[in-house]
Amino acid sequence: MEILIYGIVNSFKLILIAFGFTLVYGTSRLPNFAHGAIFVFTGFVAWIMMHKLNLPFLPAALLSLACAALVGVVIYQFILKRIRGMNMNEIIATYAIGVALIETFRWLGFKGTTFTLPVVKEGVVFIADVPVDYQRLMVVAVGLVMLAAVWAFTKFTRTGRALRGIAQDERAAMMLGIDSDMTATLAMALGSALSGLAALMLFPLGSIVVEAGYNTLIFALAVCMVGGIGSWSGTVLAAFVLGFLQVVTVTYLATHFQMVVTLAAIIATLILKPSGFFGKHKELEERV
Amino acid sequence: MAMLTVNRLTKKFGGITALDGIDFSIEKGEVMGVIGPNGSGKTTLINCITGFIKATAGDIIFNGRNIRGMKPHKIVNLGICRTFQIMRPYSSLPAYKNLIIPLYGPRARKTGGWRGGGRHGDRNIIALDLLEEVGFERESKVPYKLAGTLPTGYLKRLELARCLALNPDLLICDEVFSGLSMSEIASMVPLIEKLNKSGVTIIMIEHRLKELFRVARRVMAISYGEKIVEGSPEEVMANEKVKEAYLGA
Amino acid sequence: MQTEKRKERIDRGIKIRSDGIYALSSWREITYLIAPRFLLIGGLLAAPLLLHFFPYWQKVLLIICIYALLSMAFDFLANYVGLVCLGGSFFVGVGGYGAALLNKYLLLSPLISIPLAALFGAAFCTLLLLPCLPLRGVYFAIITLMYPLMMTRIIEAFELFGGTNGMMDIQGFGNPWIEQYFLVVATLVFLFALRRLSVEDLGLVIRGIKDNDQSVRASGINITFIKAQAIFYASFLGCFAGAYLAHVYMWAGLSMFALDFSIIPIAATVVGGGGSLLGAVLGAILLVPLSEVLRAFGPLRIVVYSLILTVVIVIKGEGLLNYLSRKYHQFERWVEI
Ligand SMILES: Nc1ncnc2c1ncn2[C@@H]1O[C@H](COP(=O)(O)OP(=O)(O)O)[C@@H](O)[C@H]1O
Ligand SMILES: [Mg+2]
Repeated sequence: MEILIYGIVNSFKLILIAFGFTLVYGTSRLPNFAHGAIFVFTGFVAWIMMHKLNLPFLPAALLSLACAALVGVVIYQFILKRIRGMNMNEIIATYAIGVALIETFRWLGFKGTTFTLPVVKEGVVFIADVPVDYQRLMVVAVGLVMLAAVWAFTKFTRTGRALRGIAQDERAAMMLGIDSDMTATLAMALGSALSGLAALMLFPLGSIVVEAGYNTLIFALAVCMVGGIGSWSGTVLAAFVLGFLQVVTVTYLATHFQMVVTLAAIIATLILKPSGFFGKHKELEERV
Repeated sequence: MAMLTVNRLTKKFGGITALDGIDFSIEKGEVMGVIGPNGSGKTTLINCITGFIKATAGDIIFNGRNIRGMKPHKIVNLGICRTFQIMRPYSSLPAYKNLIIPLYGPRARKTGGWRGGGRHGDRNIIALDLLEEVGFERESKVPYKLAGTLPTGYLKRLELARCLALNPDLLICDEVFSGLSMSEIASMVPLIEKLNKSGVTIIMIEHRLKELFRVARRVMAISYGEKIVEGSPEEVMANEKVKEAYLGA
Repeated sequence: MQTEKRKERIDRGIKIRSDGIYALSSWREITYLIAPRFLLIGGLLAAPLLLHFFPYWQKVLLIICIYALLSMAFDFLANYVGLVCLGGSFFVGVGGYGAALLNKYLLLSPLISIPLAALFGAAFCTLLLLPCLPLRGVYFAIITLMYPLMMTRIIEAFELFGGTNGMMDIQGFGNPWIEQYFLVVATLVFLFALRRLSVEDLGLVIRGIKDNDQSVRASGINITFIKAQAIFYASFLGCFAGAYLAHVYMWAGLSMFALDFSIIPIAATVVGGGGSLLGAVLGAILLVPLSEVLRAFGPLRIVVYSLILTVVIVIKGEGLLNYLSRKYHQFERWVEI
């Protein structure tokens, strides 16, 4: 029972972490390796706003989300836009800028475990005799709301439909007058904001540390690769598989093994089905 | 016994059925043509035979051996070579260096490659000989130019030379004539005839029917992944379904 | 009346003639061709002598060579084979631990344990990367990013080889001259060996895979096998560097899997100019001293590298070496229009 509940919570953590990455890659074929950096960035910005500018939680959270989106836009406009289509350069450049961002915080002295964000509501509830704190329930709730919101956005709004169109067939969408630059900017903003949202939800569970930037990137990549890069349903499914796998590992082995198992899962996926659960990339690539 | 027999070969890409139970066979020494409108599955057929994509169902028997599911390089080393419809030469290498790569492979080393030269002797010289054979002017600068800068005509020849370097038993050409001028085609046809005389079995996918019929005695027509008719060129052209497929009536 | 001028660039005659075929007629032309090579070889060989009185900079020279090796490995994989490896530190760590084990348990001296560690380490890395070889582009980059992390976590989790403390008391070189010349000569040998390989037939096949792997397969060549060979060469360099480091620091530990060893070689290759191996070396010669200057600032070093890397990529820089060699081979003069 414990495994079930914590498995679900953990899976939603992974969904929150990975969804931004998938969204950007799925709609614009941009691998945003600065994803993890934006995650920590949002955490620290929120902390600074609350503790240095003495803002209450809600405005601080909203402002930091806006900052995250802004960083995404800046990365696209000043970096990715110029090297778009050159896959390797995109990866190296975003990874480098992410590393720069993370290490800047380290340099500025944001080290140790003294930086924390408050939980939305203190306290614990018992679900089938298993204690779960409110923040973890929030993670699940926010995860569900986010999925529903993204789904509704891409289904019912014009811009959202443009995003989906460009994800399915870029050339056709461009012929229909969808601006691929505009949608990519939007996707980066949205993806970065989602990464920030994940940070605001997850950092209260522990403390804000710079290493989280790298770990988040790894987890996001893990989920996306197992699910098939760019596939939304694949991401959700993979988040559940990995989420439960991690919880089982922690329960029966030790916390240390969490990362090992995750990485092993990726490697196994790549060997067995390189395109992931729902990836469509491979088959198309084989066109000769 | 037939050299290559294909039984009920089927390939599905997700929902699309690109090949739907194709049957045919080819005897040693034969030249067979394959025709069909664009998107009818000709290239997919070759890709399945040569192992570049995995067929969904069916058998491919080559010299008594089922080769379905084998890796492409293994199939090549059994003697089936193919050209690519979309040519992507090794553009950062000079034209003649492009041929070093097939000459380096195990097939060329084992059989000696083109005219037995690959086993002994300088691969560079063999490469230049090969290029001359397919119509590069040896004394000119063309064989030394970067492959990325060559015009289509030369690229098609280069692609053919790559196959010749491997000393194929069965050569599969995917639209080698398309994109070429009349005079270029005229110079390629004798090359194909000569190859066939030297004992190479050939399958040719082609849209240029007139030239195709000069070399191919037997033609198969496919449409929407299904074989619609097979026979001599005259029979195939007289067939109602072929006309329909081409004219889209 | 005002006459307008424009800059005209002309290739030196010798450059055109010397592309592959050498027909030299004078000392001047010979000098022209070998001067740059001589500068590099002579410079590196003389450096330990010149730096004799600056022990601190001797260490820097060693680090330059280490990063030159790593950059060459990255450049080789990225620009010759088409595999972008974001986890160069994987090789360093494997080589480092390998040398430490050989030295500690088999009591091999550095001069033997380093080549052996490079050999076994390369075999080990190749074996572990084997499942990833069919992957291309993004997938390969992501997976290689994970390997060093995976190794650290495994070592931590199982407390292997001294766990987080690492393995201490590895034998050092003793003689500083051997220490330096061993590495400098090895770097030069590897550089020219790899450059040689890239024009040999095997090298052409490797480059063919980058241009068009389907066509290589259609030529009857097992590309996984060829890629494995290429990985072996690259990881040999990386493991060599790692093994050497273990003996210099007399310690092998988790920080050998650190980010520095992955990202600085990428920066060096991009700044120096990829695709020639020389550029990678040049980049290392340039960036490593910079990093020494920045040492006091700690994490800021990585920030600076990352920013340099990003900027060079974004402005689509051709790399220093390509720029220099273009200038070297051309006259420039002003002509009136
Ligand atoms: N890798 C692939 N993935 C999905 N569909 C493909 C792929 N390759 C070919 N197809 C589809 O299969 C059909 C047959 O294509 P093809 O064999 O290239 O035709 P032809 O060579 O006769 O012009 C086409 O509808 C094409 O869209
Ligand atoms: Mg075709």
